[in-house]
Amino acid sequence: MVGLVSYGVYVPLWRLDLGILDGGLRGEKAIANFDEDSLTMGVAAGMNCLSNIDRSTIDGLFFATTTSPYKEKQISVTAAVALDLRKDILTADFANSLRAGTTALRAAVDAIKAGAAKRVMVIAADTRLALPGSELEALVGDGAAAFIVGNEGVKVSITDIHSICDEILDVWRADSDKYVRSWEGRFTVDAGYLRVLPIAVSALMKRNNLTPKDFSKAVFYAPDARRHRDMARILGFDMAQVQDPLFGSLGDTGTAFSLMMLAASLEQTKPGDNILLANYSNGADAFLLEGLEEFDGKRGIKDYIRSKRVLKDYVSYLRWRELVEMVTGRRRPPTPMPSASAIWREREQNIRLYGVKCKQCGTVQYPRQRVCVKCHSKDQFESYRFSDKKAELFTYGIDYVTPTPDPPLILAVINFEGGGRMWVYMTDKDQNEVKIGMLLEMTFRKLFTSEGIHNYFWKSMPVRIRKGG
Amino acid sequence: MMESIKDKVAIIGMGCTRFGELWDKSFEDLVVEACYEAFENAGIEPEDIQAVWMGTAYGPHRGGGIIPPLKLGNTPVTRLENACATGTDALRNACYAVAAGVYDIVLACGADKLKDYGFSGLPASPPSYPEIALSQTRPATPMPTQFALLAMRYFHHYGIDPAEGKRALAKITVKNHHNGTLSPKAHFRREVSLETVINAPMIAWPLGLYDCCGVSDGCAAAILTRPEIARKYRDDYVLVKGLGIAGGDEYAQIPSDFDWVHWEENLKAAKIAYGEAGITTPREQIDIAIVHDCFTINELVTYEDLGFSPRGKAIDDINAGFFELDGGLPVNTDGGLKCFGHPIGASGLRMVYEVYTQLQAKAKARQLKNVKLGLTHNIGGWPGAFTAAVAVFGREE
Repeated sequence: MVGLVSYGVYVPLWRLDLGILDGGLRGEKAIANFDEDSLTMGVAAGMNCLSNIDRSTIDGLFFATTTSPYKEKQISVTAAVALDLRKDILTADFANSLRAGTTALRAAVDAIKAGAAKRVMVIAADTRLALPGSELEALVGDGAAAFIVGNEGVKVSITDIHSICDEILDVWRADSDKYVRSWEGRFTVDAGYLRVLPIAVSALMKRNNLTPKDFSKAVFYAPDARRHRDMARILGFDMAQVQDPLFGSLGDTGTAFSLMMLAASLEQTKPGDNILLANYSNGADAFLLEGLEEFDGKRGIKDYIRSKRVLKDYVSYLRWRELVEMVTGRRRPPTPMPSASAIWREREQNIRLYGVKCKQCGTVQYPRQRVCVKCHSKDQFESYRFSDKKAELFTYGIDYVTPTPDPPLILAVINFEGGGRMWVYMTDKDQNEVKIGMLLEMTFRKLFTSEGIHNYFWKSMPVRIRKGG
Repeated sequence: MMESIKDKVAIIGMGCTRFGELWDKSFEDLVVEACYEAFENAGIEPEDIQAVWMGTAYGPHRGGGIIPPLKLGNTPVTRLENACATGTDALRNACYAVAAGVYDIVLACGADKLKDYGFSGLPASPPSYPEIALSQTRPATPMPTQFALLAMRYFHHYGIDPAEGKRALAKITVKNHHNGTLSPKAHFRREVSLETVINAPMIAWPLGLYDCCGVSDGCAAAILTRPEIARKYRDDYVLVKGLGIAGGDEYAQIPSDFDWVHWEENLKAAKIAYGEAGITTPREQIDIAIVHDCFTINELVTYEDLGFSPRGKAIDDINAGFFELDGGLPVNTDGGLKCFGHPIGASGLRMVYEVYTQLQAKAKARQLKNVKLGLTHNIGGWPGAFTAAVAVFGREE
């Protein structure tokens, strides 16, 4: 039996008040901070997914996004390192369609069925950009979901999948496009979404002799709330059966959308529940899932929706998305381009966030050392992972001069539970609430980008949700 | 057997340029001005110099910043960098060569020309590993923010209300600004009020604009020889009494047990220098101290690290005016880094210039009474990996 062993979601802390956008809609959408992208959000969802899971059991990582920070360079491998997965695993990026996430999920199921792997992690994340002032701007949101698919410890089985492909230009980006394009809404909905998704769902139900009333939950993609209701009606579901798509608080999170909604539904799934998952884009993927055991104690989407700060000024949003030019050096020269060879050399330290623990005296140390800072033994260390450890704020400085899209910059010296000290930036913070002794957790972020090199590193942030690792 | 440097080296001449934003002067102009003042002050000719130590953090490599402008053709030269202790370390290495008897008369010089960089601050450096800028893959930490870390921990550690702490720091600035008005070569020469300092634009909380020293151009130089030769040149030569320097191994950054209310490098440098100079009660024995006030909090912590104030009690001494010109131990009588300015490589020797001038009772408006023993102190780099230097000077006993 193949199915879901674990899930994790991630919704960025920040919301954009839709009232400040053209159109003045009510509600808000989730937006990534300036130091987040699809990779970092995917890693955050992956971290949640891995709580209480032995990382060494993961045989593969599939990362799905239409907004990879690189056009050429795999990000599933970066995510695998940040998540401290094994090195002898299969990594692959799934891209170019909002169906990439469910396609990756299907590929994971198929790989396990074929015996090529026992456990595969699937991550989907998106940070799609809409042209300022466009209708789409109020609709697209940022978020991520992660699942571990396996054949042991399965809590929700995936019993059948039906996929179809369908050629259409409804929503797209050319290789040089920054913003999502779409054809007229009536065409994309009538000729695309509303026509194609039902074909896949009907085929799946027919094959399994199921009707809509046999499902306790239906989870499906929709570009907006109205189309979501239309689709429920066309498929024959009562709205009580349909997973709340959270339009107005989350936004359309693209590739991650249907999988985030699936994760939300799993928060209430009971043994014996049938769940429908359907996703659309250049075709459709429909999944039949069945609850076997309840998931417990996870950081769920509700926790993330509750934990938020609302951005009410549009200029900050534009700065975060680099849609206005900003000073790079003020009072002091800008940070030079990071060296690819230095980033490579320090990948275990910077991406995996490994420090060392002295085998002689037990002192935990970051960054890696050759000679122990305490007992001065040489090269007597074992690796020590900091990324999943909580820390206490030891001291901090609030920097009002260094240019950052989210001023002021906060430099923190933090002491980890279990030992070790680190100098890091603090993100997703409210400078008025920063105080010595506060509890922090680590979050994978983009430190800066220069000359096409994204320099990823970890930052500290106030513990956001006090459960589930 | 380790020996003390005490009374083995004499300073017979010093020079120092005006510090500031010297748009019309090149690095070489500064070097020529400071060195020629030192030659004249010593009563020697450039040709008498047998070896040169040139300290600069941002200036030319090799002896390129000093041999060509002074036309000291083919003179032995060492160019060195040791963060904010660069100038002091140039002097220190020159002292050892003289004490060893290898040379009779040498020149130690420190200079930096920072104002050509087009920025009012120094480049941010990461907590470690900044030597090759391209290898900067970890978070950069601007200097003021590094010292904000110290201030926040100091206030927390001693239960000091941040507003009260900030007020005490402001008093250091007010003192140094007052001293700067009496110092003709200083970069900033005007009084500031406590309110101006406290309400100044924030740089890195709790450090405002006036808690941060000036970034300047400048050069200072010293002519060194052995005491028996010094007597031929002048009676009021100044003797080196102790030279301590210490480099941190990043301990403050790595294990979680370092307290961040003192710097271990300071303690080690002071221990060496005090040991050589025979100082056991610095608060009583030292008559003048020129210390590293790159940021006000650092001057405060230095009071405690060098034994001027008891631990956690520096604010009491500040409030009592102990470090003012008429106090028990005047500190930064020439305005300090805050007002004299801070061209990194020059600062150590600029400090010695003030102590030398005070020991010779030539400091005019800011001259202290009865100066017998003076101290200079630098600390540069970043927390845990500082170079700290303490030097002690006095007259013939």
